Amino acid sequence: MSAPEPESAVSAAPVESASRTLLVTFVVCLVCSVVVAGAAVLLRPIQESNQKSDLIRNVIEVSGLLKEGLTEAQALKRIDARMIELATGDEVKGVDPDTFNIVKAGKDPAISTELTRREDVAGIRREPRYLPVYRIVGADGELKKLILPVYGYGLWSTMYGFLAFEKDLRTVQGLRFYQHAETPGLGGEIDNPKWRAQWTGKVLFDENWKVQVEVTKAAIDSSTPDAQHQVDALAGATITSRGVENLLKFWLSDKGYGPYLSRLRHERS
Amino acid sequence: MSYQHRKILFDPIVDNNPVILQVLGICSALAVTSKLSTTITMCIALTIVTACSNAAISLVRNHTPSSIRIIVQMTIISSLVIVTDQFIKAYAFTISKDLSVFVGLIITNCIVMGRAEAYAMKHPPLPSFLDGLGNGLGYSALLLVVGVIRELLGSGSLFGYPILPLDRDGGWYVPNGLLLLPPSAFFLIGMIIWVVRSWKPAQVEEPEYQIHHAPRPEVAS
Repeated sequence: MSAPEPESAVSAAPVESASRTLLVTFVVCLVCSVVVAGAAVLLRPIQESNQKSDLIRNVIEVSGLLKEGLTEAQALKRIDARMIELATGDEVKGVDPDTFNIVKAGKDPAISTELTRREDVAGIRREPRYLPVYRIVGADGELKKLILPVYGYGLWSTMYGFLAFEKDLRTVQGLRFYQHAETPGLGGEIDNPKWRAQWTGKVLFDENWKVQVEVTKAAIDSSTPDAQHQVDALAGATITSRGVENLLKFWLSDKGYGPYLSRLRHERS
Repeated sequence: MSYQHRKILFDPIVDNNPVILQVLGICSALAVTSKLSTTITMCIALTIVTACSNAAISLVRNHTPSSIRIIVQMTIISSLVIVTDQFIKAYAFTISKDLSVFVGLIITNCIVMGRAEAYAMKHPPLPSFLDGLGNGLGYSALLLVVGVIRELLGSGSLFGYPILPLDRDGGWYVPNGLLLLPPSAFFLIGMIIWVVRSWKPAQVEEPEYQIHHAPRPEVAS
């Protein structure tokens, strides 16, 4: 096998010469870049639609619409996505909520602001100025449910998820994380359907619209009025559980969706 | 397929397994084996990359000056890995989220580079392709064994389908959380290496040095 192969016809120069080295480098780079660029360009539309439908699928899951017997396509039609400026609650025009990347936005200095230590309850360092919200509307255009993107730091990772409110804007329809890197079997149990189911029906605000939520290690006494604000923490995942509590407190505060939520309440009354 | 070709293809599966005998590619073997779906995707990706890169490198081996051969190999391997990664992102999106950076890290997988340098640079394209395929399969064989054990005992399921009813869902099986963490793959691979080397003692390495007993001092009394 090791017999020398005949000298190639590509170039007259011997294999080890400088001109040959440059030629081979050039040809290899050219071919490889064409292959890589070709694959990237041809596959981009599929990848983008994947990313988009992945996000929307999570929105649909958390909305509970599928449990009400709707198909994914029907549920999709009921979702009205809007970009909201967090500080004021105003709608932002000119940004497409479907292609908005929450992970990137939280790191981009152009569209996010730095949080001070005191403000940064959720451990996210920077907060985007605007975020998409997903309104589930009925046939008459009335708001039925509201889905908010939320995220915050757990033990190892930033946990990205969606919080869905019933139309009273205080009762939880669902909480679901779609991206995190918590310890499998411990913090990773935030994906456990049983734990997620606990959130449904919990009330995150008290009568005066103050945020009221606690992920607790103590047994929850369902006879006390506080029980509706309490969720059982994950066993062996204190810091992840605390992270979930903190991120909810942050995003429901005036720093988060507070202005938008209060605007919705006033529009209603 | 001649006997020679069959030997090139199947030797790396047990007799010359890249992970068991040469202890290469351990990093990704720890990272992607907690779930079988990611394991299989990773195995297919690595097998394709090793086979194709071996064939491509073998094609240009006689035109490549030795001064730049490593970087030429790296360029070809990285291009193939990026293309594979793009395909996975396009056609297996959920799995690509689980695999995250590990497909990209095939570039640094010692098996790919090792086969390119050790085999493809010296052999024609077809045997090189088979060698890459064989080594990819050898890597896959080990990963699948580790993946089955880790998912079955760690989450009580295979491919996400429940096999052992978990205690938290009212069954009897208490999952072993350790198996979901990367160190467990180390223990499993270690045990597999032990079993294979007991079965095929030819794979046992010669000790690099031996401890000699000091001669008994002759004490003049």
